Amino acid sequence: MPAPLTFRDRYREAAVVKTRIIVAAAAVFLLSLIIVGRLAWLQIGRHDHYTTLSQDNRVKVVPLAPTRGLIYSRDGVLVADNRPAFSLELVPERVPDIDATLAYLRRIIDVTEPDLDRFHRLRKQKRRFENVPLRFNLTEEEVARIAIDRHRLPGVEVVAALSRNYPLGAALAHVIGYVGRIDEADLKRLDPVNYGATTHVGKSSIEQTYESQLHGRIGYEQVEVNSQGRVLRVLDRTPARPGSDLHLTLDVSLQTVADSALAGRRGAVVAIDPTTGGVLALVSAPGYDPNPFVNGISSARYAALRESPDKPLYNRALQALYPPGSTIKPLLALAGLEYGLRRPADRDWCPGYFQIQGQEHKYRCWKKEGHGAVNLKTAIAESCDVYFYELAQDLKIDRMHEFLGRFGFGSRTGIDLPQESAGVNPSRAWKRAARKEPWYPGETLIAGIGQGFNLVTPLQLAQATALIAGRGTAVRPHVVEAIGETAAGGSRPPLAIERRLITLERARDWETIIDAMHEVVQGPRGTARRSAEGAAYAYAGKTGTSQLFGIKQDEEVENEDIEERLRDHGLFVAFAPLDKPRIAVAVVVENGGSGSGSAAPVARRLFDHYLLQTMPAAVPANHDG
Amino acid sequence: MRMDRTESFWDKVHLDPLLLAGTLALLVAGLGILHSASGSNDALVLRQGVHMLIGLAVMVTIAQVPPEALSRVAPALYVAGLLLLLLLFVLGTGRGTRRWFDLGIIRFQPSELMKLAVPLICARLFAAGNLPPTLARIGIACMFIALPALLIAKQPDLGTATLIAAAGAISIFLAGLQVRYIFWSVIGGLLSLVPLWGLLHDYQRQRVLTLLDPEKDPLGAGYHIIQSVIAVGSGGLFGKGWLNGTQSRLEFLPERHTDFIFAVICEEFGFVGAMALIAAYLLVVVRGLQIAAGAQDTFGRLLAATLSLTLFVYVFVNTGMVIGQLPVVGVPLPLVSYGGTSLVTLLAAFGILMSVHTHRKRLSF
Repeated sequence: MPAPLTFRDRYREAAVVKTRIIVAAAAVFLLSLIIVGRLAWLQIGRHDHYTTLSQDNRVKVVPLAPTRGLIYSRDGVLVADNRPAFSLELVPERVPDIDATLAYLRRIIDVTEPDLDRFHRLRKQKRRFENVPLRFNLTEEEVARIAIDRHRLPGVEVVAALSRNYPLGAALAHVIGYVGRIDEADLKRLDPVNYGATTHVGKSSIEQTYESQLHGRIGYEQVEVNSQGRVLRVLDRTPARPGSDLHLTLDVSLQTVADSALAGRRGAVVAIDPTTGGVLALVSAPGYDPNPFVNGISSARYAALRESPDKPLYNRALQALYPPGSTIKPLLALAGLEYGLRRPADRDWCPGYFQIQGQEHKYRCWKKEGHGAVNLKTAIAESCDVYFYELAQDLKIDRMHEFLGRFGFGSRTGIDLPQESAGVNPSRAWKRAARKEPWYPGETLIAGIGQGFNLVTPLQLAQATALIAGRGTAVRPHVVEAIGETAAGGSRPPLAIERRLITLERARDWETIIDAMHEVVQGPRGTARRSAEGAAYAYAGKTGTSQLFGIKQDEEVENEDIEERLRDHGLFVAFAPLDKPRIAVAVVVENGGSGSGSAAPVARRLFDHYLLQTMPAAVPANHDG
Repeated sequence: MRMDRTESFWDKVHLDPLLLAGTLALLVAGLGILHSASGSNDALVLRQGVHMLIGLAVMVTIAQVPPEALSRVAPALYVAGLLLLLLLFVLGTGRGTRRWFDLGIIRFQPSELMKLAVPLICARLFAAGNLPPTLARIGIACMFIALPALLIAKQPDLGTATLIAAAGAISIFLAGLQVRYIFWSVIGGLLSLVPLWGLLHDYQRQRVLTLLDPEKDPLGAGYHIIQSVIAVGSGGLFGKGWLNGTQSRLEFLPERHTDFIFAVICEEFGFVGAMALIAAYLLVVVRGLQIAAGAQDTFGRLLAATLSLTLFVYVFVNTGMVIGQLPVVGVPLPLVSYGGTSLVTLLAAFGILMSVHTHRKRLSF
């Protein structure tokens, strides 16, 4: 080593660096302590916290939607089920050439431009390993075509998802209703936990009323995911509990008969088993196909349904209000007997009109020339208005209101279907509240023939008829008989057990009225006798006509001359067989003209179908409809 | 110096057993961790193994070169490195980062060369004069340091630039910079942060800001820090076990096999594993300082101490980043992170340490 010219104190220089090395070593030690301290804090002090965060990172809880309960009719027909709907999906990362695959798919199945646009839009939003749907609702044939070419289509998947389906379509739409996609309003009232994976909810009728039973309980799957969200494996699984099946009181074959009897008309039919209260048929015509509602009906189709003058979405059977017309007469006659105002044999004279003492106005009977001498039975059988004007004058509105109230008029039946109307059972109090007017005596007379303020639903009429058929005993009308796997094993909704009871002073009065109603259909001068010709069983009924607009005094109008939509509504209530009734019906045919001509034949077809199933030997002579 | 010292086997091969043991322990542990961190990517682990063998060969070779020779080549090495950095600048026009030359089989980063060249040139500079150095000499040293640091910062590779500047600063400190100058330079350094902030790229600023509040941007720049800290914290005392780290295996952890490999160690081997690793680093650093303290001349002493302390700075900056105490800068964990160039550089530095230690004259006064 060459000696330096200047004097260098090598020991001092070494000491300088060594001192600095010691200082640096101390710094190393201190800085190491910081790292160690921080590690101890993170790994020991906050270990639990970070363990949770790490778990949250890797474990995702995937909710599993429960399968919706099925709905069976009384005769064992599946009326609402869940069908696999197939959709075609692509997993981009597994498709070698997306454009070529799309081109190939377009050759073998129907893929529209909007399908492609949606596909490309969704593809941008999703990760490469996530399924991107290309087509929905594949037909069986399309599924088969894709299956054949499967080996040529890597990354192309046919995915099945359950979709609600209503095999009978429009015939049961007003009873079953439909499910639809959960919307904003639904989100506000639904339990967000239990509906975490559910896409559809009951929107109307049974699907709505029994939503909680049909829905079931949500399940969960715990899956391990990586940072991109790709599911690597299932860690734990709590299966969803499927919804309960429903068993209806509804008889599909009877429903179909009722539906076809009203085909092409507007109106409603309600048939009830008076011994159980079970609704056997409930038709509102026209109906609508509920299936398009499930996955979103197009706005054009929906607008067409909404704006149709026939109002197919409107459930006439429990929402529409009609003046009961003469169908109310047996009840008022019963009130006359109950309050001791009439005896069955009391005679009255019908000159074709009635006048309140001291008034000029003539209250006309539907039979211009008059019925002549009438008693209770002939007044009902021939539907004499004058007899009931006089009876109403004697009963007065208060007693009429009270007595009709016992048969359910003016209040909801409480059936297990939504949006039922209450109707109007007029009274002085009602009129003061609703019209701010006192009650006039003339209005009592009009109420006596079921016109004026009286408004009832077909369901209320059927309920009242069932009460007559049951001689004052009936169960509340209901559509669902049992909830559970089988009809026998299921639990019964409380509604199906609740009894209604009307006790009269003299029980034989029931028979008097029923006898008169029997005369209506099977008596020589009964208004509905033509529709009952050849019936293999005895039954009872009452026709009615709802006047849509007032006919001026002395003006003669034939229904045939009036434009169809201005014609009167035809009504008919009936039950059969006479002694042990098994079915009570109410029929309304809008603008049908008279009850005897339009509504009574419908009831006859129902009875024939329902009763003769168990009495196959007897064949009805002819049909009048 | 002791006169009666006999030449041992290790002196003959110019290797230091303690340094070698610590290094080999870290390398072997590194391969095992890399296996897990890379998602059992055998090819990658194998490549790193090859890097290690090359690095060890370089280390052994350099250890044979006496310090005097190293001192002689220092200026040439430094000038060559500087030219290469400038060349990168010319080639790397346009957008994006240009940090390396693609030499076909390997990619060569001139900035790695500077990690050795700067300590070498500084040691030579200070050894040429009296200690503590004069202000003029310190000024020259600052220039030697600032030139490559600025060129690298412009690449932009702020992490490496900072580390090279740190190496130079350590060298100046060890040379005996007076305490008053240290005081004033700290003040000056803090003041220069303000204009420096303006020179930073947006993403660089973001990294600093993110460190201060990672939760502010949990899916953006803060994501790395958050996931890294979760990995570390969830490791606990004993860790989740080798290959069982969910944060790394399920890819929540970014840069798992490179810059954030320490998080994998913390997650899979826990506090105990992290302590063992830090202990191994401290063994190497302390042994390096011991070699420095025992060196015979100023050049060897300064060089050995600078290289040892720089190693510690690497470890501190990397682990500090992983546990969320320092900004996210691209500094690998020495000897463990995947990467060939930095590994070879580090092992070359260990070769220098061994050279300094084993080329002592047995007769001295």
